[in-house]
Amino acid sequence: MNSSITSVKLVLLGEAAVGKSSIVLRFVSNDFTENKEPTIGAAFLTQRVNIGDETVKFEIWDTAGQERFASLAPMYYRNAQAALVVYDVTKPQSFIKARHWVKELHEQASKGIIIALVGNKIDVLESGEERKVAREEAEKLAEEENLLYFETSAKTGENVNEVFLAIGEKIPLKKAEDQANQQHGLRITDDQRIDLASSTNGPVKASGCNC
Amino acid sequence: MDTKVERETTDTEYDVIVLGTGITECILSGLLSVDGKKVLHIDKQDHYGGESASVTLSQLYEKFKQNPISKEDREAKFGRDRDWSVDLIPKFLMANGELTNILIHTDVTRYVDFKQVSGSYVFKQGKIYKVPANEMEAISSPLMGIFEKRRMKKFLEWISSYKEDESSTHQGLDLDKNTMDEVYYKFGLGNSTKEFIGHSMALWTNDDYLNEPARPSFERIVLYCQSVARYGKSPYLYPLYGLGELPQGFARLSAIYGGTYMLDNPIEKVLYTEQGKFKGVETKLGTFNAPLVIADPTYFPEKCKSTGQRVIRAICILNHPVPGTSNADSLQIIIPQSQVSRKNDIYIAVMSDAHHVCSKNHYLAIISTIIETDKPHIELEPAFKLLGPIEEKFMGIAELFEPKEDGSKDNIYLSKSYDSSSHFETMTDDVKDIYFRVTGHPLVLKSRKDSQND
Repeated sequence: MNSSITSVKLVLLGEAAVGKSSIVLRFVSNDFTENKEPTIGAAFLTQRVNIGDETVKFEIWDTAGQERFASLAPMYYRNAQAALVVYDVTKPQSFIKARHWVKELHEQASKGIIIALVGNKIDVLESGEERKVAREEAEKLAEEENLLYFETSAKTGENVNEVFLAIGEKIPLKKAEDQANQQHGLRITDDQRIDLASSTNGPVKASGCNC
Repeated sequence: MDTKVERETTDTEYDVIVLGTGITECILSGLLSVDGKKVLHIDKQDHYGGESASVTLSQLYEKFKQNPISKEDREAKFGRDRDWSVDLIPKFLMANGELTNILIHTDVTRYVDFKQVSGSYVFKQGKIYKVPANEMEAISSPLMGIFEKRRMKKFLEWISSYKEDESSTHQGLDLDKNTMDEVYYKFGLGNSTKEFIGHSMALWTNDDYLNEPARPSFERIVLYCQSVARYGKSPYLYPLYGLGELPQGFARLSAIYGGTYMLDNPIEKVLYTEQGKFKGVETKLGTFNAPLVIADPTYFPEKCKSTGQRVIRAICILNHPVPGTSNADSLQIIIPQSQVSRKNDIYIAVMSDAHHVCSKNHYLAIISTIIETDKPHIELEPAFKLLGPIEEKFMGIAELFEPKEDGSKDNIYLSKSYDSSSHFETMTDDVKDIYFRVTGHPLVLKSRKDSQND
């Protein structure tokens, strides 16, 4: 079998309480694939998605609350290949914040980053709460900024997997690149990164090498 | 996880307030959060790292030059600003050192990638030589004559076979009674070998150690040898994107364990109890209380004193590798004090775009030493000479501070300034010391649990 695994660093952004972490928990704890990996730390979750005969492994970084007082570190954006910018469809303020995060990503993150704009909490619309961010408005932003766009409910699970699948489908080119990097890394072994924890024979991190 | 949290409310009561996001403070913040303490971490500046930050080229010009060059000129010469990440304090990690242990045990290694530093070099009689990283290199090294090599070998065999509770391995030496000079004498080592061992391996910056008990020197040499043995080329590691990644990584650890972060939030007032103990801080974001505070010296200058030492650091941008280093992408050069008639060694740390700290085809060389005269920039001349043509130079002088008291009286626990040593061992000593004073128990590094998914 020739299937390969592409690791993708995905960062979460959005105002507090829009459901960023809930979306990820829904995605990660669903039986989406059988390869669910336990992770270390509350804010570093991984999940694999099979797309065709390829596997995309998402390494999902939560803000861990550091966005709250505008204190996200540059490290957070570093080498992120995908981002979820989440807002709450019932909170216009959170959509304004989403615009801000999209702008921030264009400034701070790598050029080719794939950004998905996600309007969350559509389940509450069915229970009578009023929508405050029009679909058209979000679609317009998505078109202008070249974003994927979804409306989701972390609560019911509606559309959550679709967001990650859509991102995964936009990734495939990375695979060829990664393999090239690995060959490069093997050829120039001196240039390989060190896995500090490798005394226990952990796998050497060969992905994400952009030398 | 809890979507019901009111986003406008901010807690005002904490177990610990930490001021400054230098690496010392960030490690302590992370460790205390992991211990279950409720930590509020504030920085007056708008970026992580404090004195130990890595900055972009534009920030560097702003910090050091009165008349910064235009953006166009700068980009024409040095490329994109975001490709630069220049350390304000040059240091390397010892591969087997305490910072490495802390990184592994806290899993902060998940957020930071490391590469080996390609080599360590030492200056001798006008030239630089690679410090041998293994026996093969040692045998062929021109640093020592053939007889001296044999004596050196005997010395290193003594080091590696030494066992504390087997006096037969001590060869009659007592690490706590004999001075290091006496140890050298026992093995018949000559001056240039002493200099090599003391300055290139034990990494002492001056010769004071010669007349002190041998144990600290012994431990430093063991650390050096173990660090070299770990990955091969040199004892040093360096994080991709610069040392500034380290405070960010530990800050993330702290945040994951519930730490609250506020950058760009200057302290307007420090509050004290009637007994003169720390009570809290007033800031534009509100008043926050905690029974104790950990801070770097810049937050409580009145509670710090000068160590009497001042360090000069010169950040040099090159557009070529350092001559005589086989085009190494990263290295350290030690200029031992005796070689240039000084009391303190001069260090040069060199990094390049291989470590993502500068744009392609550029090299960063950071020179540092303890100031001995009233013309400190001239003291760096021997180092400048080794670098070849220098594109741009940024020089700064830093006075080193330490706290006047241990914090037990007012619950204000202050870190020390980052010293001139080439590694982080004194910094981690400070971390462990503050941790002990704050918690009342020594720092024991344990693995984090694997299943804490909140």
